[in-house]
Amino acid sequence: MALRVEKRFDVPRWMDWGLPLISFALALAVGALLLGLLGVSPLKAYGEMIRGSLGDGYGISETIVKAIPIALCGLAVALAFTMVVWNIGAEGQLVAGALAATAAVRFFPLESPFLMIPLMVLVAAAAGGLWAAFAGWLKARWSVNEIITTLMMNYIAILGLEYFVYGPWRDPMSLGFPLTPTFHDAARLPQLFGTRVHYGLFLALLVAFLLRTALRWSRWGYEIRVIGQNPRAAAYAGMATSHHIVLTLFLSGAIAGLAGMGEVAGLQGRLQPGFSVGYGFTAIIVAWLARLNPFAILVVSFFMGALLVGGDTLQVVMRLPLSSVQVLQGLILFFVLAGEFFRNYKVCLRRREDA
Amino acid sequence: MTASPSLVDLRGITKTFLGVAANDDIDFDVRAGEVHALLGENGAGKSTLMNVLCGLYRPDRGQIFLSGQETAFRTPRDAIAAGIGMVHQHFMLIPVQTVWENMILGQDGFGFVLSKKAICRRIGELADQYGLHVDPEVPVWQLSVGEQQRVAILRMLFSEAKVLILDEPTAVLTPQEARQLFATLRRMREEGHGVVFISHKLDEVAEISDRVTILRKGRKINTVRTSGVGPEELAEMMIGSRVVPAVNKRAAVTGETVFRAQELSVLNDKDLPALEGLSLELRRGEILGLAGVDGNGQTELCEALVGLRRLQSGRIFFNEREMTGASVRDFLGDDIRYIPADRRGTGLVPTMNLRENYVLRHYWREAFRKGPFMNWEAVAGQTGRVTERFDVVTPSLGVPVRMLSGGNLQKLMLARELDGNPRVVVAMQPTWGLDVGATAFVRERLLEAREKGAAVLLVSEDLEELLALSDRLAVIHKGRIMGLLEDPRRATEETLGLMMAGRPLTSPKEGD
Ligand SMILES: Nc1ncnc2c1ncn2[C@@H]1O[C@H](COP(=O)(O)OP(=O)(O)OP(=O)(O)O)[C@@H](O)[C@H]1O
Ligand SMILES: [Mg+2]
Repeated sequence: MALRVEKRFDVPRWMDWGLPLISFALALAVGALLLGLLGVSPLKAYGEMIRGSLGDGYGISETIVKAIPIALCGLAVALAFTMVVWNIGAEGQLVAGALAATAAVRFFPLESPFLMIPLMVLVAAAAGGLWAAFAGWLKARWSVNEIITTLMMNYIAILGLEYFVYGPWRDPMSLGFPLTPTFHDAARLPQLFGTRVHYGLFLALLVAFLLRTALRWSRWGYEIRVIGQNPRAAAYAGMATSHHIVLTLFLSGAIAGLAGMGEVAGLQGRLQPGFSVGYGFTAIIVAWLARLNPFAILVVSFFMGALLVGGDTLQVVMRLPLSSVQVLQGLILFFVLAGEFFRNYKVCLRRREDA
Repeated sequence: MTASPSLVDLRGITKTFLGVAANDDIDFDVRAGEVHALLGENGAGKSTLMNVLCGLYRPDRGQIFLSGQETAFRTPRDAIAAGIGMVHQHFMLIPVQTVWENMILGQDGFGFVLSKKAICRRIGELADQYGLHVDPEVPVWQLSVGEQQRVAILRMLFSEAKVLILDEPTAVLTPQEARQLFATLRRMREEGHGVVFISHKLDEVAEISDRVTILRKGRKINTVRTSGVGPEELAEMMIGSRVVPAVNKRAAVTGETVFRAQELSVLNDKDLPALEGLSLELRRGEILGLAGVDGNGQTELCEALVGLRRLQSGRIFFNEREMTGASVRDFLGDDIRYIPADRRGTGLVPTMNLRENYVLRHYWREAFRKGPFMNWEAVAGQTGRVTERFDVVTPSLGVPVRMLSGGNLQKLMLARELDGNPRVVVAMQPTWGLDVGATAFVRERLLEAREKGAAVLLVSEDLEELLALSDRLAVIHKGRIMGLLEDPRRATEETLGLMMAGRPLTSPKEGD
């Protein structure tokens, strides 16, 4: 017997939505095995996760809280991926946005929220955007591989964050904890219905809508789709590819920067290390699962949020380590990528003698 | 004469796409030691039928018999293993990989077993045997379309196929190369191979094939012995009683020089000189033919003329306005159009639909925009109009163009570039892959553009086409113009052949 791999020429339509679902289910199944090895009943564990994340109003609100930065970062990377530019740096761009928003609060503390919040939005978007655009510029000008630059710039941003909170921006009253002082009230994003769900939610919805509209209807959207699908044809059409690489990465980074601002101004009200639990990386899975569709990204982000909240519940209720939740996420990524492979290739078993 | 046994036998093949039958209950067989031609208009279903035979498509209905045994191919690899090889209309090579790497893709028993050296040696042998020379070390994307064709044929020979399918192989070959290919095919026939040959050129079919099967709109019309039918009968079976209008080249008023390229030097994709100080002038209302063996700088010249390739030195003028270093958009804005030879790689975005492809070169125009948005309604209207005019057959304007037949894909691109009021048309092989009717139609459009005062540069390897359409004829060799004939009708094939081989034209006037 021999295993053969063949390229698919006709991809059945059901695979667009069916494969991610199957991947997700398989990941949960393998996760169940692992949970079993840890001596936990998988049914009980998954039950707790669902109860914790979706079981009541509080759970759902917490799920949305987590979904907000994931959705924004997912939209950010999806935009770059549409043009086949691999922005792996949403995490760093998110951190850059958070740093800039904090700097705005520190150096320009305005009294009116109607001035303060727009200022924070602006500087966070600009900082995230520039952080990504730099990688774009390197790619456009010198053909430097953006996967490497955006990835590496994550670590620069994260270390930069640590420098500021451990160093010059540390709150003198924090008793030595690495925290900035809390923001004044005008610099806090309002929260809804007494939950922790903040106005970042509207930002995410707005960005999803704008992105969908722009990609489908605008000239710019058409250009980046052509560049992504056939760069030679783009040149033939007179599209300025290098210009678009820089601009699109800027916008992509700007969206991720907004996520960072939402976290500090909407949730924590201060900057502290580790405020992002890898949202920018989770976003890559999300964008992939959603097949780069902005509305689908919102939906998938919600599920990812639920997974995170459910993971917290697992930690608390069942005393499982944080890493077990991360393993579950890793499994999902693994199966989604495998699913992508089966979308493009088919594998069949064959007996040797007819070779 | 007794019929030799069938190598493969297709019975009752039906294949439907989006509710339209591309193949409707077709019987087709290939015998050992024959060349079986497949004829039909663009979109008749020839490629579809052959894709069923080579395992790429699974038929909705019908059976495949291999030497009398019923089989089903699940994948192309199954078909290759069964000795069926196909050279596709759009060769399916992997652009980033080298020639020799492409040889072993999708095949069993190579790669681990054979060393690179052995593979290259085998390529060399086959290349010598069949006169198909390519450098095995070059990545495929650097090859011209004609060279890629050779690689695709080599690949098939390499897999030692018993049944060889060639989907419009001669469309991209020079007459000499075609003759060489025919010699190859005859040798294969003598060795007992079965060959399927698809072409739109009736004289080629008459020359090489033993039997012909004619398809029309997805149905089989007939299978006949080639020797028993004349070209009129074949045409009649293909298109019914319609008549293809003869292309009449009317006298046109050639005016002043409108487009001038001075001393162009450019590099090719390998960063080697492709043009060395080439100069060219196009006049209003003329068709300047450019003959030459593929790969002598034609593509680079065309790209340089429309702003797609950077000049090392030299200047370009349009109506005495300097265009050197201008952007593609500037050239487009002046209605300088370009029909590239590489349809799917450059001219179209295969994954996008007809509207998005029609608007590819016009999307920035006022007519197709509403502020920052695309005016898709206007685009749809215009796309509908030109696809109707150019008779592009498609299920709808919303399907990805990779689903169109080869000829219809080509017509869509031509529709885009020839529509409106082009001032300069740079056309590479514009009638590649078109059926008789569509070829006549496109030639008519080129002549129409010329009559409306456009300057046309026609790059072709088809001497007959060049002689039929050109007002003047230039020959290119190794990036230089070997000579310019003011009256192509008086050119002999011999002089042209010599010029194409690199002997400059020496006229008494020019002295040297
Ligand atoms: N993958 C596909 N999906 C949808 N429709 C298809 C697909 N392949 C072919 N078709 C349709 O089937 C019909 C026959 O196409 P086919 O490619 O077999 O024509 P052909 O005879 O090879 O024409 P040509 O001479 O132009 O190459 C066309 O109308 C085409 O649009
Ligand atoms: Mg075809």
